[in-house]
Formats: sequence, structure tokens, C-alpha cells
Amino acid sequence: MAQELLRLATAGSVDDGKSTLIGRLLFDSKTLFTDQLAAVERASRDRGEEYPNLALLTDGLRAEREQGITIDVAHRYFATPRRKFIIADTPGHIQYTRNMVTGASTADLALVLVDARKGVLEQSRRHAFLASLLRIPHLVLCVNKMDLVDWSRERFEEIREDFRRFAMKLDVPDLTFVPVSALHGDNVVHRGASMPWYEGAPLLHHLEEVHVASDRNLIDARFPVQYVIRQQNRDFRGYAGTVSGGVFKPGDEVLVLPSGFRSSVRAIWGPGGKAITEAFAPQAVTVELADELDVARGDLICRPGNRPHTGQDLDAMVCWFADRSALSPGATYTMRHTTRATTVEVRSLEYRLDVTTLHRDESANSLALNEIGRVQLRTRQPVLFDPYRRNRATGGFVLVDDTTNNTVAAGMITGAATRVVWHAATVTRDERPTRGLTVWLTGLSASGKSTVAAELERLLITAGRPAYLLDGDNLRHGLNADLGFRPEDRAENVRRVAAVAQLFADAGTVAIVSLISPYRADRAKARAAHSDAGLSFVEVFVDTPLAVCEARDPKGMYARARAGEIRGFTGIDDPYEAPAAPEVVLRPGDGDPATMAATILAILNLLDR
Amino acid sequence: MTSTYELSHLDALEAESVHVFREVAATFERPVLLFSGGKDSVVLLHLAIKAFWPAPPPFGVSHVDTGHNFDEVLEFRDRTVEKLGVRLLVGRVQDDIDAGRVVEETGPRASRNRLQTATLLRVIRENAFDAVFGGARRDEEKARAKERVFSFRDEFGQWDPRNQRPELWNLYNGRHRKGEHIRVFPLSNWTELDVWSYIAAEEIELPSIYYAHRREVVQRDGMLLARTRHLTLLDGEHPYEATVRFRTVGDATCTGCVESTAATPAEVVAEIAATRITERGATRADDRISEAGMEDRKKEGYF
Repeated sequence: MAQELLRLATAGSVDDGKSTLIGRLLFDSKTLFTDQLAAVERASRDRGEEYPNLALLTDGLRAEREQGITIDVAHRYFATPRRKFIIADTPGHIQYTRNMVTGASTADLALVLVDARKGVLEQSRRHAFLASLLRIPHLVLCVNKMDLVDWSRERFEEIREDFRRFAMKLDVPDLTFVPVSALHGDNVVHRGASMPWYEGAPLLHHLEEVHVASDRNLIDARFPVQYVIRQQNRDFRGYAGTVSGGVFKPGDEVLVLPSGFRSSVRAIWGPGGKAITEAFAPQAVTVELADELDVARGDLICRPGNRPHTGQDLDAMVCWFADRSALSPGATYTMRHTTRATTVEVRSLEYRLDVTTLHRDESANSLALNEIGRVQLRTRQPVLFDPYRRNRATGGFVLVDDTTNNTVAAGMITGAATRVVWHAATVTRDERPTRGLTVWLTGLSASGKSTVAAELERLLITAGRPAYLLDGDNLRHGLNADLGFRPEDRAENVRRVAAVAQLFADAGTVAIVSLISPYRADRAKARAAHSDAGLSFVEVFVDTPLAVCEARDPKGMYARARAGEIRGFTGIDDPYEAPAAPEVVLRPGDGDPATMAATILAILNLLDR
Repeated sequence: MTSTYELSHLDALEAESVHVFREVAATFERPVLLFSGGKDSVVLLHLAIKAFWPAPPPFGVSHVDTGHNFDEVLEFRDRTVEKLGVRLLVGRVQDDIDAGRVVEETGPRASRNRLQTATLLRVIRENAFDAVFGGARRDEEKARAKERVFSFRDEFGQWDPRNQRPELWNLYNGRHRKGEHIRVFPLSNWTELDVWSYIAAEEIELPSIYYAHRREVVQRDGMLLARTRHLTLLDGEHPYEATVRFRTVGDATCTGCVESTAATPAEVVAEIAATRITERGATRADDRISEAGMEDRKKEGYF
């Protein structure tokens, strides 16, 4: 029975029916036990409630039951033949942001609940933002209580579009919407007959099928040494720890940081001395090196050609957890990061972020309980790190208060604090006459991207809105003239176009990008860069089938690729990775290019509302 | 070897537990592992041995003995620590009763369950243990569902559920002052089924009473209690012989058994996968005190 493990965080309040939903998942997947159910029924009756209050299952503490609120993260477990699930169930109330952050830190998937009658509330936005801040790769919005809106498709779609508009400002790689009734069970475990218009999978089916293996970082080999195991009799000296990224194999050349010593891996042992041929995250292993080196807890083993950042000046987003103290510049804490602990000073607070509006308050000078902000930190000893977006294990840290010993903050490293001073713009975005954003059209060669993009540009200009078309083919004559078509060239091509688009958008223009941009990771970076800058990014997937593109073949490129005259042609001998969650999908049946452009324009107008 | 770089859920749980053991060994001075011979503590010790291979675990084990334990379990406990070569420290509830530090309950339903807490705290204090490994799992009970992996205890050994340290990623905060300690629960994310699946996969030996056997039992409060020298029969109770096994092993006066024919780990796994009653619901009178029975005892310093 080789089940996979999926960790999910649920967010929402009791009013949204979250506990009922979890109870339903447990009950319908036959994980809820009869004595637990009987206890809940008994307690509900004692409280004079008509239906079994499934919230009583998760609210384990006396104060929670007495006050009818959930205070702390509760963990729930259930399993299907395919997967074992660990639910970190987090309370939805505003004062418990810290619990959501805690529960979300290791989650593969976030489940956010909204009440179909109330729609997307401030709280839902906050949950979605926290999920993106913590880099949960998959987000599912459950529109619950569909029974109370007569199973209305229109209502579901209204909520979906409303949420999608907000999510565009975030960095959410995979977004799924499921209409459910937790009370009646529709679309939770079983489909039910009430919403025949819904073509997606029921919630549990999605949880079982969502692909999480590719979320892990298998590229950057990182092994923070946790503990040194010695056994004199056997002349054994091994470095124990948990792989935090990449893959290690016996024979690999490795580099030990911060010392800079080089060696190679002699052997890798799993728990109990099982020989391992390939070690990857999150395996707990013991590594033997070929050379006798002075390696200790806190050191990091990596590959010589791919090392983490080393530095004492860090930029980070932090969430403050303490209610009796606040974070302010000048304060010092102990930072726990990978297997290291070091003293850290808060050099400056760049801004405090309003998690509901995403507004940045640059005049803020402290962070109180549940507040989130961007800080610059200076560490006493150099820290070996990767940006959190690249690796959660080497980019996340906590701060410990040295007087109380309490954990007072969670932090996510955004990068090394640069010595290049960023020139603060004298004109703010709000002061410009128009607001810009980026529309990114991706698809195969000859899919029709450029034609639609040109139509969109014309429509916008006619409507009096500044717009500019950045066409991939044209840019290769100038900006990107030095780049070819190897994967690294394509990545650099996308990076440059994204950076230029971002400048146009910042200046108040609608940047329309028409670029094959075949790789998902490159597009995700472009989206993330926009998100970091607070700019909207609308991904349009021009989903024209390969056969159609090939039949069009206006420049004869497909014919040449088929004949082997050109190598690495997208769709023929180089992959096109379709977007998982684009804002707009355009298919040949959706109308002529002008109609398609009008569809995009309608979405942009919605965004502005 | 897998080429998809995916771990089975048992491998992932094992890795998480091993990480916790090593973290404690690296950051505490005097850890100890609570070992009763019960299945969770057996799995705990098995993981500790694996975590530090080829060296022995850098800590010993301790057992709080109520004096009302099953003979089979005590025999297993002693045999296991001898086989593995680990140090065993026994804290006896009887010593605390004799010294007048605690007063024993009276009557036929008397239990020493609650008295264990005083003995445990005394053992921790006398030995200056700073980290105490326990086999508690979050799926056992709803107060435990809110428990941290590293759970802070103040100088009185008490737990404050409303003031727990946030725990993120795999970063654990074990900071404490002298006299305070941390309870560490490496099996936090394991379920009863996980524990049994692991016992079957790793072929871990358990006390014989975890498997089906014939014994004299008596019905009480909806549970089946074993007839042992520690149990006083009430009026109208008629012991009879049945084929049973234990799902949990604690004080013989309040730990019930279930009728079962499961005689091997694989049969137990199959039985648990099909069962619809939690292990504590079926067999633990000590959890039935009130809706907050476990929370109250945990606050006092219970496991």
C-alpha cells in the first residue's frame, strides 16, 4: 500500500461551514469513528442544537467549545486507498492569522471556503493571500452552501470571477473552484445530482489526483547538517540531516559551506543503515564523505556548481506572532533557519502590508500581532539561504525572543539585501493618469497569438487606453537578438520580455505580450515578478491544437521542423507546457481574432471595477 | 530505487520522526524517552535506534510504573531494553504513595492513572531531564490534536494550551529555562493505522497481549476488562473467557480489550482499517471522565 502523503491547510470560519466540510470528508471517506460521532451528537444535544455540530470534532479545547470558536490549529487525518491526508485546520477569525501561517507552512494545498450567499469576503482574500505568501502551490476555493442559493450556476460563476480577479494580483500557480454543499454532501466525496452543470471533479477526487510531486525542488541540492553521528568502533563519521532540495547520489562531488571544502559522497544511509542510491527531499539520511573534514551542525552540503546565497544582509517578509511585543527596527532576536541559530537585528521595516487590500504602508514603524511586513535583517553570522520562493526549506525562518523564549515571528527570505539603492519613484502609481498591467498571450507558433494581440491593442487604443504590443518575433530583432532557442535562451528571452512588460505596466500602459513562452516555470517567474511589484498579470492561453497550427504554418516553420531542418521547435521536438490556471483560454471555436480580443478586454474591464 | 522521487506516506512519516529525534539530540542536554512497552513507545524506540544508526541513541529510556501493569508487558519491557542495550530508569508510583506525596483512590474502581503524573514529574525533576520523548499522537484525542511536536512545559510541568509556540516548516523551538522542559512527540502525525502498518512493515516485536489470545474478562461500563490480580470484581460481575486483544496498553484497571481473532500484525492492520471505533473510545476508561478529560490531565503534566 504505497500511498502518498498530501498535507492540506483549510481556512474559513465556522460560519462558512468549514467544520461541516471536514466532518463530511471524514464521514464520507469513512474515517470518522462512530464513538466520535456519538460523542458529538451527545454534546450537540446537550447544547440544545438541532443537528450534530461537527465543529465539536475539531474544536478540542475547553475554551473553544465554551466560546464556540476555534483557537488553535487542529490536525486531522484521513486516508483513501490512494493518499493519506494531513489536514491542518486553521481558524478563520482575523486575530488568528498566525495560525493560518503556521498551518500553511508545510501544506501542499490550501482549501479556502466561502459561503455562496456571502461571496468572497475580506477574510477569503486574506486566506488566499496568506496561501500565496507561504507559497502553497495549489489553492482550491470551495464555494459552500450551494443548496442555499438553489444550486445556482450563475452565483457560482459570479463568485469564481470575483475571486479570480483578486487572485490575479497574487502568485497562485494552480487555482481550482468547486461548488459544494457540505451539509448535503454534494461534490464533497460524491458528485450528487444537484449541479449537473458542474463539469469538474468532486473535492475529494481533486485532492486525490492533484499532482504535487513536481512541486518539489529537485534541482538545487541542499543538505543542512543536523547532527554528526560517530561510531568509534567502526570508524564511522556520518552527517545526519534532512535533504532540503535536489538529489544526492554516492560519488557526487560536493561542497561544504561555509568552509568551502570539497569532497565527494562516499555513501548515503537511510534510517537504520539502509543504503540509499538517490537521496531527495524530505528524506532523513546520513551522508558519509570521502575525506575527513571538520563538518558540524549548521554547515550545508551542496554541489559545487549550484550553491545557495551566503550573506548577512537579508530582505524578508515576516508575520508577527506575539501579542505582548511588536517588531520594530533595532530589535534583536535569535533566528532559527535550517539547522542554524544566529542573532539577527532588524535593520529596517520597509513597509507593512494590508493583507486584505495588499496596500503597502511605508510609514509604518512597527509590526503588531498578526501583521505582515517587509524587513531588512542583518545576521551576526553569515546565513546560507535560497529565496523562499525557490525553496521553502532553505528560505523560511522563525524568530525567537531571547527574553521569553517564545517564537515571535515567521519569515520568508525574498533575497539578499542589495547594496544597490533602489531609487524610489517620485511619482507613485496612483498619481499616473492611467493604470497599467500585463496581458501575456502564450501558445504554439501560428496559434494566432499575435493576431489577437494586435486586435486587443487596437481595441484599447480606440477606447483611449495606452497599450503597447511586445511581439516575441519582433523583439528578437533587437532586445533579444543575441539569444537562440536553447532552453536557457528561451528562459532569458522570457525574463527580458517580462521585465520590459513590467516597466510598461508600471508606467501606466497595458503591455500586451505575444510570446510562445513554452515553459511553465518561466511564465510563473514572470507572474511572480509582476506580483511582487503589485502589478496585475493576465495570462491568456491561446489553445490552438498543434494540428491546426501546423496546417496554418504561415512561415513554413513546421514543415522545416518536421523535415529536421530546425531543431528544438516547440510542439515538434521541444515541449509546450500548457498553463495550469490561465485567466483566459481561447480556442479556435471561440470566434474570430476580434471577438477573442473583445473577450480579453471584457476581463480587463472587470479588473478595473 | 524509485526514479519519480516520491516517498510513500510511511517513509515520509518515518523521515519526519527521525528529523525530530536528531533535532533533540543536537539541541538538548538530557533527553529521555518514555518507554512503557506499549506499541507507540515501542515504535518510538525503534525509530530512535534507526535515527542514530550505527551509533546507539544518545539517551536512555524511562518508565512510569503504576504497579498495575500487565505482567506480559513488563516482561517485554525488560527483555527489550536488555536486547537493545539501552538504560532503563523506572519511576514507581508506589514510591510516591509510600512517601505520602500522593493519595491513592479507594474503592473497586480506583485507578492509579492520575497518580502517574506526580511520579513522572518527580522523575523529570530528579534527573534534570530537559527533553522527554512521548509516543502521543494527534489522532488519539481532540486535545492532543492541538498539541505541538515540541511542547513546552513550565517549571510545574504544566501545559498551557492557549499559549503554545507556533511551529512552522521543520523548525522547532526547544528553548527553555532551567527547571522547564519540552515534551517531544515524534509520532504526532501518525495514526493508529500508520503505527500498525509500520509495525507490520518493519516486523517490530510487541507484547503478546496486542494479539488475539484467550483470557478471562469481565464487562464493565461498556468495556471488556481483563481479570487480573489488580482488578477488584464488583457485585454482579461474572468473568468469562473470550478471545481478545488489546488496542492500547496502560494501567490494567482501566485498559479494556476488544474481542478479536487478529493474531498477526497484518491481521491487525486489516481489522483496524475496517473498525469504526477509535482505540481510546473502545478501551480507555480514563478518557471518559469528561469531555475535557485529556485536556485537564495534560495541563497537570500528564503525557
